[in-house]
Amino acid sequence: MHLYILRRLLYTIPIIIGVSLVCFSFIHLAPGDPINSVLPEQASAEVVAQIKAAYGFDKPLPIQYLKWFSNVLSGDFGLSIMTRRPVLSEVGPAVAHTALLAVSATLLSFLLGTSLGLVAGMTTRRVTDRSVTAFSVVGISLPHYWLGMVMVVIFAVKMRMLPATGMGPAGADLTQFGIEDIKHLLLPAVTLAMIPTGIIARSVRATVAEVRRQDFVQTLKGKGLRRPRMFLHVIKNAAPPAIAIMGLQFAQLLGGSILVETVFSWPGTGFLLNAAISTRDLPLLQGTVIVLATFFVLTNVLVDIVQTLIDPRVRRA
Amino acid sequence: MPRETTGQARAGRIVEVQDLSVRFVTRDADISVVQDVSFTLDAGEVLCLLGESGSGKSVTMRSLLGLLPPTARVGGRVMVSGHEVTRMTERQLESVRGPVAAMVFQEPMTAFDPVFTIGTQIAETIVSHEGISYRVARARVLELLELVQIPSAARRLDAYPHELSGGLRQRAMIALALSCSPALLLADEPTTALDATVQIQILLLLRQLQRDLGMATIFVTHDIGVACEIADRVAIMYAGRFVETGPIDTLISHPAHPYTIGLLSSTVHESSRGRPLAPIQGGPPDLADLPGGCGFAPRCVARTALCDQVRPTLIPFSTTRAAACHHPALETAPA
Ligand SMILES: Nc1ncnc2c1ncn2[C@@H]1O[C@H](COP(=O)(O)OP(=O)(O)O)[C@@H](O)[C@H]1O
Ligand SMILES: [Mg+2]
Repeated sequence: MHLYILRRLLYTIPIIIGVSLVCFSFIHLAPGDPINSVLPEQASAEVVAQIKAAYGFDKPLPIQYLKWFSNVLSGDFGLSIMTRRPVLSEVGPAVAHTALLAVSATLLSFLLGTSLGLVAGMTTRRVTDRSVTAFSVVGISLPHYWLGMVMVVIFAVKMRMLPATGMGPAGADLTQFGIEDIKHLLLPAVTLAMIPTGIIARSVRATVAEVRRQDFVQTLKGKGLRRPRMFLHVIKNAAPPAIAIMGLQFAQLLGGSILVETVFSWPGTGFLLNAAISTRDLPLLQGTVIVLATFFVLTNVLVDIVQTLIDPRVRRA
Repeated sequence: MPRETTGQARAGRIVEVQDLSVRFVTRDADISVVQDVSFTLDAGEVLCLLGESGSGKSVTMRSLLGLLPPTARVGGRVMVSGHEVTRMTERQLESVRGPVAAMVFQEPMTAFDPVFTIGTQIAETIVSHEGISYRVARARVLELLELVQIPSAARRLDAYPHELSGGLRQRAMIALALSCSPALLLADEPTTALDATVQIQILLLLRQLQRDLGMATIFVTHDIGVACEIADRVAIMYAGRFVETGPIDTLISHPAHPYTIGLLSSTVHESSRGRPLAPIQGGPPDLADLPGGCGFAPRCVARTALCDQVRPTLIPFSTTRAAACHHPALETAPA
C-alpha cells in the first residue's frame, strides 16, 4: 500500500515535467513579443536587446526552458514583467483566494450533488428521478457567469442583501473570517458550484443505479438485510467512481475560473491569468500555469489513493 | 411479524405452494413465465427442480422468498413455515429471508459484495436478524466457515470475495445461507458455475449439511446426475409449468412424460449408461408465444390432435407421481 502511494507520487514527476514543457512551448509559440508591452515607444535596438538579455529572452528556447525550469525547481519563478515583483508573491495569495472559493464551491456541490444523485439513484419513483436529471442538465448547460450576473442583479442590486463583487476584509485568512466575508463568498461560490453540482448529481445517480443492478444486491436482499445497511453497501460501492468525478471537479475548481472571478472581481488565479494573458506577462503566466498544473496532478493522485483505500480490488494492481 | 398459519397445515410442513403464477409486465410486454405451480415440502425433504434454462426454475425459487423485481405479478399462494410470503410487505419479508428461508445463488463470483470482507457479509446477516454484537457474530461466522470446510477459516474471515476461488466463495455463500439456521434452504444451480471437480465437492457438502441439519431443501439444477445425488423428489419444469413430479428413483427409472423421457435420454447419467443419447428435437419454447394446447407439443414424439387443443393438467397416476400429459408412458411406470 505504501509502495503504491510512493509509486503514484513518483509518477507525478514526469507528468509535471511534461506539463511544464507543454505550457512553456505553447506560451512561446503564441504570437506577440512579451517585451513590447514594457518597452518605451521608440526604444532603440540596443535597449531592446538589453532588456531581452535581462529577461533571458535572447537565448534559444530550449536553453530558456531549462533555465526557467531549474529556477522553478529551486523556488525561483522569476519576476513579473508588469509588477516587477517575484511571480511567487503574486501567485501565492491568488492561489489562496481561489482555493477558498474552490473549497466552498466544492463543499456546496458535493453536498447538493451527492444528495440529489443518491435520492435519484435510490428512488423507485420516476418523477423524482426525472426531476433530478432535469435539474442536472440545466445546471450543466446554463452559462454560469450568466447565472452569476443574474444573481448579482437580484441579490446585490435589487434586494441589496449581498455585495456584488470582491472579497471580504479577511481575504483568505480563515482565522479572521466573519459574516462580511461569508456574504462576499456566497454568490461566487454558488455560481461556481452549479456545474459541478449537476455533473456530480448525474454521475452519482448513474453509479448508484448501476450498483443497484448488480447481482450482490439480490444476495443482500435475499438475506433480509435492513434498508440502512443495504444503503451502506450501495454507497461503499458507488463511492470510488463518485470520488473520482468529485476529485476531478475539485481539481478543476482549484484552477480558478477566469469568467466567474472576473464577473465577481475575485482576486484569484483566474483573475491573475486573465491579467497575465492580456499583458503578455510571460513569467507570471508560466508561473501561474505550472503551479495550477501541479495542484491538478496532485489532487488526482490524492483521489486515486482515496479510491484505493475504499476499493480492495484496486489495491492489487 | 404475522404468523398466519393455514388451517390444514401439518406439523413439519415447510413449504406449501398453491397455483403459483408469475407474469412479468412491462409497458410493451406481458409474459407469463410460471403457471399453475403447486407443491409441498416437509422438513428434511429435498426437492429438485429440473428443466432447461428459461423454464422458470429461478423465478419459482425467488417467489418463495418474495425476491422478484417490481415488474413481476405474482398469483396464487406461497406459504413458507407458516408465513404467507405472497401477501407480505417488503418490510415483513426481511425477517423471513435468512432465518426462515435462505438462498444459495448460482454465481459465486458476483453474489458477494466486492468491497466488504466475507466475514463482515456473513456477520452482518446474523447481527441484523439476532441483534447480537459484531464481536459475537464473528465467532459464529468462524464456526460457520469451519462447518462448510473452508481451510484456514480464521484467515478467510478477513478475505475479500476476489481473494477466494470460485469453490471457496460458493462455500462461503453456503455458510451465509446457513448463518441464521433457516428451515428452508434454496439452492439455485449452486454448482453450475464451478469446475467439474469442485462441483462434486460442493454437491457432497450440501448433501451432508442438509442431512446433518435436517433442512427442507429445494435444489435447482438442469443436470439429472446432480438431482440423483441429492433429491428425494423431483419436479420437471417445462415452459413455466410442472410437467412431471415424483420420487427421484421411480421417476428416473420409469419416466412418464415425453419431455422427461427426452430429457433422460439426452443427458449422460447413471441409468442412461448403455442407451443411445437422443437429444430432444427443436429448441426451448418462446414464452411470449406458447401454443394453446400442451406447451411441449411442438417438440413431442407422442403428439396428437388433442395435444394441440387441450392443455393437459398435472394429474396423479399413482400415490406419489403425477404427469401433465395426454399420453403418459404409464405402461412403463410402476403403480
Ligand atoms: N426480471 C425479469 N423480467 C422479465 N423476464 C424475466 C425476468 N426474470 C426472468 N425472466 C424470464 O422468465 C423466464 C424464466 O426464467 P428463469 O426462472 O430464470 O429460468 P431458469 O429455469 O433458467 O432458472 C425466462 O424466459 C426469463 O427470460
Ligand atoms: Mg436459473
